[in-house]
Amino acid sequence: MKLVPSNVSGRIYVVLLLILAAAPFIFESIKQPFYLDLLSRALILAIAATSLNLILGFGGMVSLGHAAYIGIGAYSVGIASYYDFYDGWLHIALALGVSALFALITGAISLRTKGVYFIMITMAFSQMVYFTLLSLSEYGADDGLVIYQRSEFPGILDMESSTGLYYWILGLLLITLFFVHRLVHSRFGKVIVGSKFNEVRMQSLGFNTYRYRLTCYVISAMICSLAGVLLGNFTSFISPDMIGWARSGELIFIVIIGGVSTIFGPVIGTIAFVVLEEVLSKITVYWHLIFGVMLVLLVLYGKGGIHGFLSRWDTKEGDES
Amino acid sequence: MDWNLLITQLMNGLQLGLLLFLLASGLTLIFGIMDFINLSHGSFYMVGAYFCGTLVVTTGSFVIGIVGGLIGVFIVGALIELVIARKLYRSDHLDHVLVTFGLILIFDTLVHMIWGSAGMAIPLPPVLDGQITMGSIVLPTYRVLIIAAGLLVAALLYVLVSKTRLGMLIRAGASNRTMVEALGVNINRLFLIVFALGATLAGLAGMLIAPITEASIGMGNDIIITAFVVVIVGGIGSVKGAFYASLLLGLMDTLSRSYLDDLMKLVMSGDAAETAAPAISAMLIYILMAAILAFKPQGLFPPAGAK
Repeated sequence: MKLVPSNVSGRIYVVLLLILAAAPFIFESIKQPFYLDLLSRALILAIAATSLNLILGFGGMVSLGHAAYIGIGAYSVGIASYYDFYDGWLHIALALGVSALFALITGAISLRTKGVYFIMITMAFSQMVYFTLLSLSEYGADDGLVIYQRSEFPGILDMESSTGLYYWILGLLLITLFFVHRLVHSRFGKVIVGSKFNEVRMQSLGFNTYRYRLTCYVISAMICSLAGVLLGNFTSFISPDMIGWARSGELIFIVIIGGVSTIFGPVIGTIAFVVLEEVLSKITVYWHLIFGVMLVLLVLYGKGGIHGFLSRWDTKEGDES
Repeated sequence: MDWNLLITQLMNGLQLGLLLFLLASGLTLIFGIMDFINLSHGSFYMVGAYFCGTLVVTTGSFVIGIVGGLIGVFIVGALIELVIARKLYRSDHLDHVLVTFGLILIFDTLVHMIWGSAGMAIPLPPVLDGQITMGSIVLPTYRVLIIAAGLLVAALLYVLVSKTRLGMLIRAGASNRTMVEALGVNINRLFLIVFALGATLAGLAGMLIAPITEASIGMGNDIIITAFVVVIVGGIGSVKGAFYASLLLGLMDTLSRSYLDDLMKLVMSGDAAETAAPAISAMLIYILMAAILAFKPQGLFPPAGAK
């Protein structure tokens, strides 16, 4: 990766990154702390969308249940805090462990199937998590759970202030993007992308594609659970609502409007999504209608999302990431 | 053992199973024949309930409500097929997910705009509002009617699919679409009929349940997931599979919710059973789905020759 990319979309991303790093100061100087909240939420969603893009965009695995892992992450914080464990590393370890285990079991079953089956099974499993949380009255059931204190990371950046939390989010997002970039361009990533296009060919090259895809699915779930940990800390209130299947649908929408199979696509998609949501919901209470119509039109007429649009500016095909 | 309670619960399970069948039979055919994932199938369920409710309230006749509602949902289903779904049969499944997710948002918001955010209660005619007494067992008339209607539709669908020319084409389409097309069948018309018929069945399910639960926005979005599980368990494209899987899941879900805690108290402490039972019964149908898929990845009754 060159430090300053030569193509237009690459330059836009560098500028965007600088703005993101300076955001808390910019918003403070214009006395608009609300925008920092909005941006924090957007970047958390961006982590989740990046994790989904790893399996959906690069791996061709359309999961309609990814919000379940956000829920697992958020409830790792919520339930641990409920028993007075506030250690942030414990929360993260719990989220990664539980999501990895759940993804391993459900992925092992779902990945035996293809296409329509895979979509519906991932959706069904996430709905299972949803209904399970809904029936656990100990942890608030549908009333949700309040998180009174954010995760503690002694000695490192404190999460308690909104600026501190923002840099945690931005930091984790950058690590995620870098990790996904390296993963996709590694030998492992080539196998994943290869089995999206032609699984039989990858198998005849001697790769056990099932294992590769399962590993990829588990990694994606673990990244997504980190977004859940952050979201739990950010909202201070968690409920089964945050993982209903409409949430998973939104994540797919975000990945698509950003442009699939690109590293930065999900980030752009999330920011566009959150801004749209904010603007449209101010115009009319019926903004979901506009959203729905946009989705239908996007599929029928628009391809490649925003990233694809930016790429068309470039004179030559630049490095895809 | 309280026999009355058991019979009531069995009836509830049967009722849920038949409603699931009405939803799942359309879903499974649309999946099987057009290879189209329709997440918004639950919207037809909701639209059916609202159409029927409006007609019942304005005309005062339950029969007009049902018949008019069915015609209305059939038209809506046909329009969606003609304007949107038809363009996407050959594209990626991801496109289906996105478009039909968008349609859910559109339908939910339109219902909100037209009928408001509060639910709509649908009054039952006095004839149906009573109870049927058989010996010591008392059953609400309307629930018996739902079960009878569900069984009747299942029988009609069986005749349609296995005895008529249209049914023959439907079965052939589920097994091998390309071959049916190659034999000169007007595949577009077949797709239109299947899609609109599926929508109508879902609408019927919504109309039947609405007098009990009332019509509300997003009412189809939860039950549709269970209908997906039914389709997966039964085998995509198989109406027979959808029928058995619906009854199995409907009965299992209802019975586990009322009896699982008692069963678990036999092997563990009362408190633990009280806490764990609701969670386990919430997961039960998904565990069953996982177990069946582990042994039969194509479901219980995959259509002959389907890939």
